[in-house]
Amino acid sequence: MAAPALNTDPTEARIADLTLPTGGWSEAARVDALARLRSAGLPQRRDEYWKFTRPDLLTQSTAQAAVLDHDEAPIFSGTEALRIVFDDGVFNPDASDALAMEHVSIERLTDTQADIHWAKGLYGVLEQAGQTPVLRPLAALNTAFASDGVLIHVMGKAPKAINLVYNHRLETSDAILHHVIKLDAGADLTILENGPAAARFNKVMEVDIGDGASFHHVRAQGRDHERLAATHIFARLGTESTFKSFTLTVNGRLTRNDCIIELTGDDAVAHVAGACVGDGDFHHDDTVFITHDALRCESRQVFKKVLRNGAVGVFQGKILVKQGAQKTDGYQISQSLLLDDDAQFLAKPELEIYADDVVCSHGSTSGAIDDEALFYLRSRGVPAAIATDLLTLAFLAEAVDEIENEELREVLVDRLEGWLERHRG
Amino acid sequence: MLTIKDLRVKLEEEDKQILKGVDLTVEAGKVHAIMGPNGSGKSTLSYVLSGRDGYEVTGGTAHLGDVDLLDIEPEERAAAGLFLAFQYPVEIPGVGNMTFLRTAVNAQRKARGEEEMSAAEFLKVVRARAKELQIDADMLKRPVNVGFSGGEKKRNEILQMAMLEPKMCILDETDSGLDVDAMKLVASGVNALRDAGRGFLVITHYQRLLDHIKPDVVHIMSDGRIVKTGGPELALEVENNGYADILAEVA
Repeated sequence: MAAPALNTDPTEARIADLTLPTGGWSEAARVDALARLRSAGLPQRRDEYWKFTRPDLLTQSTAQAAVLDHDEAPIFSGTEALRIVFDDGVFNPDASDALAMEHVSIERLTDTQADIHWAKGLYGVLEQAGQTPVLRPLAALNTAFASDGVLIHVMGKAPKAINLVYNHRLETSDAILHHVIKLDAGADLTILENGPAAARFNKVMEVDIGDGASFHHVRAQGRDHERLAATHIFARLGTESTFKSFTLTVNGRLTRNDCIIELTGDDAVAHVAGACVGDGDFHHDDTVFITHDALRCESRQVFKKVLRNGAVGVFQGKILVKQGAQKTDGYQISQSLLLDDDAQFLAKPELEIYADDVVCSHGSTSGAIDDEALFYLRSRGVPAAIATDLLTLAFLAEAVDEIENEELREVLVDRLEGWLERHRG
Repeated sequence: MLTIKDLRVKLEEEDKQILKGVDLTVEAGKVHAIMGPNGSGKSTLSYVLSGRDGYEVTGGTAHLGDVDLLDIEPEERAAAGLFLAFQYPVEIPGVGNMTFLRTAVNAQRKARGEEEMSAAEFLKVVRARAKELQIDADMLKRPVNVGFSGGEKKRNEILQMAMLEPKMCILDETDSGLDVDAMKLVASGVNALRDAGRGFLVITHYQRLLDHIKPDVVHIMSDGRIVKTGGPELALEVENNGYADILAEVA
C-alpha cells in the first residue's frame, strides 16, 4: 500500500480511516469486498447513478454531526415484535429481547466466529451479485468494514416480527451495519426497522428468499432527524416466493436507499414501495434495480414523495427483463407532490427488456395540490391546512397501501399525520 | 338570511365583468330559484358567495345573517352556515367519503365552538341520512365521488348538506345530468331539509326541478343582473315561452 503521505485518492483515504475486522468465517468475504471497493472506487458525481445525489457527504472521512432528537417514541414500540436494538450501530443486549424465537435462529454478526455455512454462503454474495451491471461501492465498503449486524435464519413461519431498532446517541457517530437474512423454503418473516441510527449510517441487508417463502419489510427512517444514510437491500427470490418492502422517510438531511432485487425463480413477486415527506434541508434518493430472470414473475415499484421548502426527491428505477423471462409483469410509478416552487423532483425511470412476451408499464409525475379538490374540501368547512394534509395523505395512499398489515399501516399513517401537522406551511 | 346588495364581480385574470349589480334577499324558510340563460352569471354568483378563487368583487356586499361573507375564507363561510351543492362535484381519490364527511362535520362544529361528534354517533347519523338518499355503505367507503355516477354524485352532495345542516343552501344546477328518477330522489332529499330556519337558493336552467322543489320566489337573471322577480308562475312562463320573451319585455 502507498505511504499515507502520498495517498490523495479519496477511496484509499477512506479505507485508511477504517479497520478491517480479521479472523472468523467472514474474513475472506471482507477481503474480497475490499478488493471490489478498491477496484470500483467510491462513488463520484460523474457516475451514472450519482448524478442527482451528492456522494461526498456519504464518503468523506468524518461524518457530519447530526443533532440528537429523541422527543418521539420509536414508531413500532406498540407493535408485537422481537426487538433487537443498536445504539450508534452497536448491538445493545440490555435493550434487546433474547435472540430466540421458534423457527428462527438469530446471531450477532460479530459474535459468530464459528464457521456457519449458511451465512458464509451469503455474506457479501448477494451484494457482489448486485454489483453487476451497476457498481455499488458503498455496499462493498459495508461488506468489508461492517462492525455489527445480525444473521437471521428462518426455517418456518416466524411467530412474530423482528424489529431492528436503531438509536442515535452520539452526535458524530458513524455506523456500518450488515444483516444477512435467509428464509428456507416456505418460511415467513416480517422485519421492521426504525430509528435514525447514527449521524451517518451505512447499512446493507442481504435477503435470500427460498421457494415459496415470504418476506415482508416495513421501515421508518428519520424522525425529523439530520442524519445521513446510505442503505442497500439485496434480495434474491426463489420460485413462488414473495418480497414486499415499504419505507417511510420523514426528513433526514440525506438518504440514499438502494434496493436490488433478483427474481430467479418462476412465479415470484417483488413489491418495493416508499413514501417520503421532506421539508427544507432534505435530499431523498430511491434507487431501485429489479432483474427478472424467470418466468411469470411480478414486480411493482411505487414511490411517492411530498416535498417542500427546497427539499429534493430523486427516483431512479429500473426494470431489467432478461432473455427468456417471459410473461413478466412489471410496474413502476414514481410521483412527487411539490408543495411549493422551491421543491425539486428528479426521476429516471428505465426499462430494459430482452423478452418478447412481457407487460411492463411505468409512469412518473410531478404536481401540486389540486386546487379544485382543495376548494371543495374548504367549501365544506375543512380548514385549508387540514384539507392540504388530507390531500397529501391521499397522494401518499397508493404507496402506503402497499403495506399489507393493517395495523402497521395505521401506525405509519399516524406518524405521517404527525409530521404533516408539525410541518404545516 | 342571505342578503346580497349591488354585488359586482369580475374575473380576476381578465377584464370581464360577470355580475353587474345583483340584489337579492332570501328569507329563512323560503326557497328562491334563479333561472336564466347560459352565461348570465348564475354559477358565478354561487362561486363568489362560497369563496372560490378567480373572482374579484368590485362592489357591493353579501351577508349571511350579520356575517360579511366576502370578508372571510371559504371554510369560515361554511362554518357560518353556507352550503353550495356543486354543479360538478369534485372527485378526490384517496380520501374516503366517510373520513371526508366526518372531518367536515367536526371542523365546522369546532369552528363554532361546539363539541365534536363521536365516531359512534356520527356513524349512526350518517347511516340514517344515507339510507334516506339510497346511498349504500359501499358509496360511503369509497373515495369521495370517485367512480360515482352523475346521480350518485348529486345524492352525495345532498348527503353532505344533510350532515352539515347549513342555514343557507345554494344548489347550483343540481338537476344537470340527472334522469327523472334521480331528480325526484334528490328533490325529496332537499325537501326533507326544508324548515323554517333554513333558506334555499336553487339555480337551474329548467323549470323541471322546480316541479319537485317548489319555490316561493323565482328570479330571472340575465347579463349579470336579476331582471325579473315573481312567483312560481314565472318558471312556467320560461318553460312555455323561453327567455327571449321575458328579456324582450324587460329590455
